[in-house]
Amino acid sequence: MTHINIASLEVGQEIGSIEYRLTRDSLVRYAGASGDFNPIHYRDDIAKAVGLDGVLAHGMLTMGAAVQVAINWIGDPGRIVDYGVRFTKPVFVDGVKGAVLTVIGKVGEIDVENSIVRIDITASCADVAVLGKAQARVRI
Amino acid sequence: MVNASVEGKTYPETDPYLVGREKIREFALAVQSTSPINLDVFAAQAAGYSDVVAPPTFAVVIQERSLSSVLADKEADIDFSRVVHGDQRFIHARPIVAGDELTSQLTVASVKTLGAHAMVTFETKIHDANKQLVCTAISTLVVRGEE
Repeated sequence: MTHINIASLEVGQEIGSIEYRLTRDSLVRYAGASGDFNPIHYRDDIAKAVGLDGVLAHGMLTMGAAVQVAINWIGDPGRIVDYGVRFTKPVFVDGVKGAVLTVIGKVGEIDVENSIVRIDITASCADVAVLGKAQARVRI
Repeated sequence: MVNASVEGKTYPETDPYLVGREKIREFALAVQSTSPINLDVFAAQAAGYSDVVAPPTFAVVIQERSLSSVLADKEADIDFSRVVHGDQRFIHARPIVAGDELTSQLTVASVKTLGAHAMVTFETKIHDANKQLVCTAISTLVVRGEE
């Protein structure tokens, strides 16, 4: 695990960022791994038929990828004790170009007594936020 | 339309799900994890775990097993083709590790109607084979009304 001195952290401090290129392959891989085979995540015709602009990424894929910024920082996925998001906008994944998801993590709150740091995560696609109130509580 | 009277209803506990090491690796790669503690048994053991650790959102796989019983419940009357995932949260009492045998039990925490739409919040308690709480998963589904 990465050694982090809680006393040296400041609210607002950036802890890292990641840029993901999501493709249809990423969506099919997530469908298989998670068991979520909703066809709106791989079939254009069905996505259109239910009124969507196109195939979109599983919200849970975006959620799972976004928290990696906090995991990379702390160095241990077992230290994410609480993680919640709102799904605010869909991530459309073009069949050829895919989609670029940009994730940034910042220190949101420092609880020295309980040794917990809240990391506030922003996830955006073409400058549009796709997650709201994405917060991970990390045990230091 | 969602039946608001299912608020407070608790569904039967699911059969145990055995968390496999390869399943954790498969899921970790799918959410683009590069953490050795998700992927490498020796790295996980060096960090103090008995086996590879699941990513924090892996609990959705367990949650899904109890959610399917609600979606199949005619009394609840939730049309899955009209469902959009509104929000999701996982509160971990401890991380999920390969070898865990997990059961889940879901309660309909609230049903709120907003015009033609409904928001249904589920709380799923995930326990291990020793009946210890591992994770509480809270999920809100938005059910779009018929136009």
